[in-house]
Parts: sequence; C-alpha cells; structure tokens
Amino acid sequence: MLGIFFRRVLLAIPVLIAVASITFFLVRLAPGGPFDADKAVSEQVLKNLNEAYNLNAPLSEQYFDYMSGIVVGDFGPSFRFPGRSVTELIMTGLPVTFELAIYSMLIALLIGILSGVVAALKRNTFLDYIPMSIAMIGICVPTFLLGPLLVLIFGINLELLPVSGWGQLPGDKILPSLTLGFAYAAYIARLSRGGMLEILNQDFIRTARAKGLSESMVVTKHAMQGGLLPVVSFLGPAIAGLLSGSFVIETIFQIPGLGRFYVEAAFNRDYTMILGTTIFFSFMIVIFNLLSDLAALWLNPRSRDT
Amino acid sequence: MKNNYILFGVFFILIGCGSPETPVDSAVESKILHYGNGTEPQGLDPHIVTGVPEHHLLLALCEGLTSSNPKGGESLPGAASSWKISENGKIYTFYLQESGKWSNGDPITAGDFVWSWQRILTPTLGSQYPDMLYYVVGAEEYHTDPNFEVLSKKRSRLDELQTKKIDELTKNELEELEVLAVEVEVIEIELSKAFDNVGIKAIDDLTFEVTLKEPTPFFLGLLSHYSTWPVHKETVLKHGSMDDRNGQWTRPGNFVCNGPFNLKSWELNKKIVVEKNSLYWDSDMVELNEIHFYPISVEMTEERMFRAGQLHVTSTFPSSKCTPDIKETNPNIQIHPYMGTYFYRFNTKNEVLSDVRVRKALAYSIDREKIVESVTKCGQIPAYSFTPPGSNGFFPDTKIPYDVELAKELLKEAGYESGTDFPKLEILFNTSEGHRKVALAVQQMWQQNLGINVELVNQDWKVYLSREMIGDFQVSRAGWIGDYEDPNTFLDTLRPNRGNNKTGWENPEFDRLVALANATLDQDERYEILMQAERLLIDEMPIAPIYTYVRVYQLHEDVKGWYPNILSHHHPKYIRIERD
Repeated sequence: MLGIFFRRVLLAIPVLIAVASITFFLVRLAPGGPFDADKAVSEQVLKNLNEAYNLNAPLSEQYFDYMSGIVVGDFGPSFRFPGRSVTELIMTGLPVTFELAIYSMLIALLIGILSGVVAALKRNTFLDYIPMSIAMIGICVPTFLLGPLLVLIFGINLELLPVSGWGQLPGDKILPSLTLGFAYAAYIARLSRGGMLEILNQDFIRTARAKGLSESMVVTKHAMQGGLLPVVSFLGPAIAGLLSGSFVIETIFQIPGLGRFYVEAAFNRDYTMILGTTIFFSFMIVIFNLLSDLAALWLNPRSRDT
Repeated sequence: MKNNYILFGVFFILIGCGSPETPVDSAVESKILHYGNGTEPQGLDPHIVTGVPEHHLLLALCEGLTSSNPKGGESLPGAASSWKISENGKIYTFYLQESGKWSNGDPITAGDFVWSWQRILTPTLGSQYPDMLYYVVGAEEYHTDPNFEVLSKKRSRLDELQTKKIDELTKNELEELEVLAVEVEVIEIELSKAFDNVGIKAIDDLTFEVTLKEPTPFFLGLLSHYSTWPVHKETVLKHGSMDDRNGQWTRPGNFVCNGPFNLKSWELNKKIVVEKNSLYWDSDMVELNEIHFYPISVEMTEERMFRAGQLHVTSTFPSSKCTPDIKETNPNIQIHPYMGTYFYRFNTKNEVLSDVRVRKALAYSIDREKIVESVTKCGQIPAYSFTPPGSNGFFPDTKIPYDVELAKELLKEAGYESGTDFPKLEILFNTSEGHRKVALAVQQMWQQNLGINVELVNQDWKVYLSREMIGDFQVSRAGWIGDYEDPNTFLDTLRPNRGNNKTGWENPEFDRLVALANATLDQDERYEILMQAERLLIDEMPIAPIYTYVRVYQLHEDVKGWYPNILSHHHPKYIRIERD
C-alpha cells in the first residue's frame, strides 16, 4: 500500500506541472486583460499597471518566473485585489469552503447511507421506492433551484432561518449545508443501495445468517463493510467536488468561500488568482482521489495484500 | 462552530417556534446600518481603486476637500471648511478645518493634500484616475514625465543587485551598483523639482492652493471624487513606499483616514464593518454607530436578504421583478434618475456606419418609449441626449425623433433603396439578460422598420471590452455613468483621443466647443456652449442614446436622512435609523 501511495504521489507532480502550464498559457490566450475596464485606462496608465505586475516582460520569462515562484509556494499577488496575495485569498476562502464541505458530507452520508441501506434491505417495498424516488429527484434537481426553494420556505415564509451568510447569524450554516448535502445524499443513497444489494446476495452473508447472527449484526458487521465500498470510492471525488464546485451554493447563500474567488477570478482575468486556485484545486482532487483509493483498498480484503 | 452543531440538532425543533429578531429590528437600538454593497471591493486605497462599491465605503472612511451634498447640487465643506476662487477662476484657495484630524489623532494639514496629490500623479502607482487632476497646472506633464520610466528601470536593476550578497557581486556589478545608487538619487531629486512646477501648494498648515490651467467651473464637483481624497502619509510609508500598490496600510488595524467612520473589520466576501470616528470634525452630525457593508453580487440573494430583514438598503433590484405598478406593490422600492446613459455606440470607422445618414436612420428607428415601457420596465427614462437631463441644472434640448419614414428616407439617400441591400449588421453586447432583451427589441425594430438583417452577438465582459477597444464591432451596447455632477463628465468622453470614445468619431468643432466650455467662467454661457456641443453630437450621431438610467433599489422605512440624488451619493454622516 505504501508503494502505491508513493507511486501516486510521484505521478501527481507531472500532472500538477501540466495543469499549471496549460492554465498559464490558456488564460493568456483569452481575449481581454486584467485591467480592461468600462472606463478605459489611458495607454500610459496601462503601461504602468503592466509594469507593476511584470506583464510587460516576454511571456516565456513570465512563465519561468511564475513556475519558480510556485515551487516555493508563492502564487504571486492578486491583480483584482491590490495588496493581497493569492495565497492569502486561498487561505481566507478555504476554511469556509472546507467547513461547508464537511457539514454537507456528513448530512449526505447520514441521509444517503441510511436510506440506501434501508432500501436495499426492504427491496421492492415502499421503503425502497420512496427513498429511491426522492434520491432520483435529488439528483435531478439542481442546487440553484433547491437552495432558493429552501430559503423561500424556511427563511422567508416560516422565518425560521437566516437566508444567507456564514457564521454571522445563528443558524445561517444550516440551509447551505442541507442544500449541498441533499444533492450528494441522493448519489450516496443510490450507490449504497446498489452496493448492499450485491453484497446481500453473497454466500458469506447467507453463512452469517445460517450461523444465527441477528439481522442487525449481519448488516452492520458483514454487509456494510463491502456494501459501502462504492460509497467510499465516490467520497474522494465527491469531497474534491464539494471543495471546488460549491460556487453556486456560495453565491446563493453569500458564503465567503473559495468557489466564488475562483469563478470571479476567471471573469476578472485575475491571472495569478485563476492559476493559483486551479493549481490548488487540482492538488485537492489528486489528494482526495488518492485517499479514497487507499481507503477502498483497506476496506477490500481481496486487494489489501496486493 | 460548536453552536452550529447544536443548531443542526435543534433544527427541526425550531419549526413552530416564533421568528427571531432580525438585524434590521435590532438596529433600531444598536444604530447599525446593514448595507448591500454589490461586489467585494478591490481595496480601500482611494488612489488605486475604481468602482461604485469602493466609493460607498470610502464615503464613510475618508473625506476630500469638499463633500457631496446629500440632496445633490452644490458641494459642501469637507476637509476644507471654506474656499476662495480667484476672479479669473483659476486659483482655488482651500482653508482646512481647524479641528480636522486623521483617525489616529494627527492634525490634517495642507501638506497632506500636497503629498496625496503627488501620489496620484506618480505614474508608477498606476492610479486609474490621474486625469481627474489634469486640470491642474503642470499635473499632466508631471504624470507623463519620462524620468519616471527611467527611474523605474534603474530602481529594479538596483533592487536586483542589492538582493545579492556583497561577496557574490562581480567587480563590474559593484561599480554598476554604486553608479545606479547615485543615478537613482539624482533622478529622484529632479522629479521632486519637477513637482514644484505643478500648481499645488501648501501656503501654511491650513491653507492649500491649487492653480488650474483653465477656469474649469466643475472643479469643486470633481473634488467629491475619491481619487482626489487625501491619504495619511506616515501610515502609507510605514507599510510600503509612496507608489506601492500592494502596501498593507488599508488593512484593519493599519488603516488611517479622515472620514466620519473608522475601519473596524474586513472579512473578504463576507462583510466590512466601519464604526463611528469620534475624532471626525463633524462627528456630532454622525448618528450611526456602525455600518456593515455586505458584498452581494447576486441581486436575487440580496433581495431575499432584504425581505428577511438582514439588510436596510440594497444596491440593486432584480429587473425581472419590475412591473409598471411596482411602486404601489412594494413600498420599499426606490426609483430615482441616475446620472447615466444607456446607449448604442456606432463604429464610425466601419464602411457602412461611417455615413451619418445611416447612423441617423438607425437611431430614428428605435422606439425608446416602447423600450422603457415594455423591456426595461423599471422606470427608465427615454434618452434624447447623451448628457442626462438635470446634470447640475443642464437640460439638453436635443430631440431624436422616432420617425420610420424619415429613417427610410435617410437610408435611401445613403444608397440603400431597401433594407435587403443593406449589409448584415451586428450588435455586440456583454452577456446579460437585461442587455439581451434591449438588443432583441432593437433588432426587431430595425428589422421591421428598415428591413435590415441584424445579428446579436454576446460576449463575456472582458472579451466585449477588448473588442470595443480595438474597434472590432459595428454597433455595441454601452453605458456611461458620470463621475461628478457636470455635463463635462459625459461630453468630454467623446472628444478625440479619449480612451472612452471608442466610436472612432473625431470632430474638431465638438472638441473646440467642449474645450471652450471648460475655459468659460460664466455658467449660463458655458451651458450654452455645451448645448451646442450636445446638438452637434446628436446631429452627427456617433452614438444613439436609448435611455437614462435610474437607480432601482430597496430602502427600509427605518432609514432616515437618505435623499435621492442624481449621482446616488448617500453620505453616511447624514443617515439615521429611526422607527416611526
């Protein structure tokens, strides 16, 4: 397992370099620059601004400057926010995005696994059809619809919860976490149902039952370990997705997370910020995929020794 | 965080309980204004930032020589208690407030203004508004002094050499270092001498004198723009150099300025909190204890926050919710004329559009009344001039008829018997539902009225800007919001060689008229000249005005001392929170 770990980490390095390089040249190819504004700046001012951010230098020189910077963890200054470095901006948004991801994942796991396992155990009954239909709706309904819908019901009509914010008013973290959690709960429910159904038909489960173990022991001790493998494999990409893809939720609920910085950087042509966040998200995706693969290996007795 | 875990647990128990007190309710006691402020501000350095959200914040934090009138019109005393204008209108003498203090207790002196204005004019700072001061004698010359470029190059080489260890330097490099150090010093002295030629002087600690090239009657209004506001020299230098764009002086704890409020906290993409500054010269006037500025870029989110009692004032209102009877159905809605014009820009360098008859035909076949009634629907006003009516008492008398027959006639004269022999026309606009709707309406009007085949092209904001800048368009959507309350802020943009012209239209007579108006002291006479310029512009039609902007937003009834004005500047020192 250690070998796999090191091999994957080594593989990640060229991946990250490729991502950084491709992004560097792609953002430069995009029309429009960071200092284009509705009120046009004079040539003299534009020259001074480009000079201040080393944009007058040849592209190859800028590329090597940038790449040597990221080796030592320097992502450069943000063009959009003078006086702030990209690292600082990432570090400001990350804890919030991370917290949101954790809450959502907990909600998703709780609801998803519970309904998935129950559906598998009570196959072809109402306890199967109802949660699975809801899960189907959960997959189909986008967060940009579910979020405002929950806000309308719990925030505006019932006046129970704040409609936006993060850590500003009591309870303002509930609706965004639920919205994001529901979307992933739906996937997890379907995955755990599928996984459980497959395992419940296996011989070793029949043996366990034949031994006279109680149904709850059979399910929790034997079936779930294998039945939830697809969920574990899904967790890595899901957490990476939660970290990088919560832009919609962050926008709807006015959450100061990383997703908003990422998308706004692209609109603003904030070159260093686009690059910094892209590299950072790529790193996250690589890491979480690796972690979920390792967890799946550990859970799967057949592949543990290989 | 722990609280949130508990809250998650009791979420369902909450159902059925009474609704909690909203921030707006508790503000009646706490006197905290909750302010929807559009996007996250770029920063708080008045010499670097641009934009409306930044302006709202800076209104609370800093103050220029004059301050904008909450009801619009004549400027009021700010950091200067009074001022005197010489008879020829070229020398402005400002007398600073005797009790004027920076938020750290230092007195505000005329020297602070001299240093601050020198800073804006220092090109290496990269301020985007140095032209605000180009009306001052020698200011443009100083800002474009080639010595700055030489200095910048020598400085960066010097920095490069100085970062090396002394024993790593070759003999040649050591010599170069010594020579560069001397050269840099010499250029700095030369530039400092060059600044003596700029018409900015501190007569004594409390007297600041400005000499202008021309009388520039709107100069006082221009001073209400944040780019001319002072910064605290010692604080800026403590956290960087004069021209350091990345200086940390604007961070909470470091920030020092001279406005009615102090910076208390700044959480990116969350909120900025400012608190009352008791050292402000007019602090008795200030009734609010704090203002919380929320950067909310999505108008629907902002609207929901307002409905849930989390905001006193919004920055905008979803246009999709605008109905003709909106004022009756929503008592919080505010709709006021704004000093901005929505227009279509014609590329006069384009073969077809270089003919003024074609431009006129297109402009005459737009039914502006219909656009504001059926498309924008938020109280916008049809525009028949570039300068919005009522800009500091200026009401243009130009007319743009909606006359399809005349338009057809003009097109025929230009050599297009029918619309079908007219080449396909492209309307460029930045991606936005509102712009798309207007473009669709114009497309339909041109197709129906003139038979012209029109294609709509929407582009991402930056792509749209860059295409406009290089003239890669035929007709493009545009908008212009005035920087200060004077027609000059509009008409000046269409003078030749102005970066914002973008139409390729250059008219020496128009240029002469606008320049002449700037040099004319008598306001009536000046407005007559500007009127001629406006008439000439509408006769040449390099742009087709469509409507005058209105500011549409929501304001809670507890907020008092908030007056509509054409620049939509709401000085927080006059705002109160009272529940009837």
